[in-house]
Amino acid sequence: MEILGILIPVSLGLGGIGLLAFIWAMKTRQFDDPDGDANRILTKDWDDKPRP
Amino acid sequence: MAYADPDLGGSDPVSGGLSACPACVAAPSAERIAAMAAPADARIMLSLPAAHCAACISTLEAAALATPGVRSARLNLTLKRLSIDAAPEVTPARMIAICKAAGYEAHELDPGLLSTTETDRQSRDLLMRLGVAFFAMMNVMLLSVAVWSGAEGATRDMFHWISGAIALPTVVFSGQPFFKSAWNSLRAGRLGMDVPISLALILASSISLFETIHSGHHAYFDAAVMLSFFLLLGRYLDHRTRAVARSAAQELAALEVPRATVVTDGAEQVKPLAELAIGDLVLVRPGGRMPVDGVVVSGTSELDRSLLTGESLPVWAGEGTRVSAGEVNLTGPLTLRVTAAGRDSSLHRMADLVAVAESAKTRYTSLADRAAKAYSPLVHLLSFSAFGFWMWQTGGDLRYAINISAAVLIITCPCALGLAVPAVVTSASGRLFRKGLLIKQGTALERLATVDTVVFDKTGTLTMGAPEVTNLADHPQVAQEVALALAGASSHPLATALAEAARTRGLRPARVEEIREHPGYGIEGIWKGQKVRLGRAEWCSGTALPVTATYLCTGEGQSPRAFTFADRLRPGAETVMAALKAQGQRVILLSGDSPGAVAALAERLGIAEWSAGVLPAEKSARVEALKGQGAKVLMVGDGLNDTAALAAADVSISPATALDAARVASDIVLLGQDMAPIADALRISRQASRRMVENFAISAAYNVIAVPLALVGLATPLAAALAMSLSSITVSLNALRLK
Repeated sequence: MEILGILIPVSLGLGGIGLLAFIWAMKTRQFDDPDGDANRILTKDWDDKPRP
Repeated sequence: MAYADPDLGGSDPVSGGLSACPACVAAPSAERIAAMAAPADARIMLSLPAAHCAACISTLEAAALATPGVRSARLNLTLKRLSIDAAPEVTPARMIAICKAAGYEAHELDPGLLSTTETDRQSRDLLMRLGVAFFAMMNVMLLSVAVWSGAEGATRDMFHWISGAIALPTVVFSGQPFFKSAWNSLRAGRLGMDVPISLALILASSISLFETIHSGHHAYFDAAVMLSFFLLLGRYLDHRTRAVARSAAQELAALEVPRATVVTDGAEQVKPLAELAIGDLVLVRPGGRMPVDGVVVSGTSELDRSLLTGESLPVWAGEGTRVSAGEVNLTGPLTLRVTAAGRDSSLHRMADLVAVAESAKTRYTSLADRAAKAYSPLVHLLSFSAFGFWMWQTGGDLRYAINISAAVLIITCPCALGLAVPAVVTSASGRLFRKGLLIKQGTALERLATVDTVVFDKTGTLTMGAPEVTNLADHPQVAQEVALALAGASSHPLATALAEAARTRGLRPARVEEIREHPGYGIEGIWKGQKVRLGRAEWCSGTALPVTATYLCTGEGQSPRAFTFADRLRPGAETVMAALKAQGQRVILLSGDSPGAVAALAERLGIAEWSAGVLPAEKSARVEALKGQGAKVLMVGDGLNDTAALAAADVSISPATALDAARVASDIVLLGQDMAPIADALRISRQASRRMVENFAISAAYNVIAVPLALVGLATPLAAALAMSLSSITVSLNALRLK
């Protein structure tokens, strides 16, 4: 049962990373324009240099 | 010239059928507003209904950024809005021209009215709490499975402690919306749905903590977080449906940037309506809508009053004619002296009437409210009597009694009940939106489901407000050709309709010279040395027929030829009538137009009950009378004369081309040109209502099974978790069954 001492923190940590990623995505307004983001990935406009 | 949409000229107002931007459909000629745009501020918001692809994004953003003065431009493809940050010299008109050059139709939006930030913040807040609850639920569930499958002693205690460490902060954070609203309703002395929810959350958390400290068998941490997750999900769905409807309604309002052209000492100046004062001179160009009430001081023209009174016949206007805000100027420029502006104009007085009627409508109690009212005392009663009974039965075992009463609260807690209505409403309004109907009011669907009588307005609702020639073929070809030549020179709706009909018959215009338009009267020219006129009957020295007509005279002494017109039917009007009849609805036509025109239309559509020449007050009185007889009335109308009736009816629909006041008064807005979705809406609303009742029945059934178990003390945390998740999932799936 000692393995639990490792597994539980690991599983909680992984879940926590997911939660943090969700909160970060929320704070940076990544759910404001889902259609636009899906399409923006297809454009070649800023392939050579980043958008100023 | 304040209002968008002077679209009675017969041109196609809703070009794309349906679009994701309802407002663009509603205001076809925002270009006109933009043409006289006021000095711009740094932030410009444009609506681009045609933007749909990856290439659109790069084309539009590149075009906007290439304009000198533009600092940043970003297209939101979901909302189809382009927001531009720019130096003050960049005007919306300029940006619209640039979008047009890039191949996209654009409309200006009023950024001030689009105050989505507040709802945005709320929905983000709810989503965050939902995300946290989801994380906690998943982890606590994982730990609980171990406990359910028989973990014992120190392991169980450790799992309980870890669950508690996750669940308690989650309940405190995610439960806040419920705690707040429960507190508010308690202070107001009511028992809302949120009171038992909060009680269950608090009781479950504290009893679990107590059990964990005393290394007890049962902890309800999983139930507490699951409860908050499912209830938050219902709350979030509800909020999102409302936010979508609200933002679309705001967009409709934001399109009507209210400005007027004021003439001071011969110089024209565009001013916001709010700055107009009584006595100012205002210029209204042909095609524009009157921004204020006033008296004509110069110019002659014809006015289309159909939105205000329902009459389809244009009215002559010249010096001294009193005009009301909302009427459309058809042929010549008019200068008005303002007699009432803004809040005092007749348009606004009507809108105030509507506001009064609106407050009456919100008194409708929704199914969910009625369920909550019956449910919430019952839950408390059950829980407290279980507590009392077990206290007595066990001789004062407080811990056991509290355990039982917490279990009862958790099991009866309206998880499925909280999801039952939002899930159905979300699914139904999504479906209706795709069909082109925008639900503005949360309870509109339920009210629509009860409808048994449908009252229609004629002009602008069943008809397009766009005329169609009816007797072109009755005239000799020469007359037709002369009429075409004259009509082609004017932008008057009757003239354009006549010219269009003649062209589709393959006619060529006759050689008519020196064509001149006399605003308010008609068109004049010289044909084979003779003076020919096309216009009003009196001007052609004839007598007017009782129907909409224009008259052609080809020389002195001859009686003028009348070209008669009928209003073009709105597409789908016949389908709707057939569908309504098939559904067994009573259909009534109330119009402010002349009896002849109304009778013809009623016959064409097979409507047995109709009245003509109905005044606005009579319309709402008729609706009230119908309601008094016990009928549930759906009113469909678009004009100012319908607003009172729209507000008085049980539920109301208006097309997107309707006046602002009418759209505000109605619960549902028809976005496209086609009327057929109305019949679908009735069907879907009935189905949705049935689904809601079914959902209540499902959650009641779960309770009937689980509550006795809880009352006798057999409800383990596993049973509670199962009952809760199964009932929530069943009601969500049932909601998705809507077709």
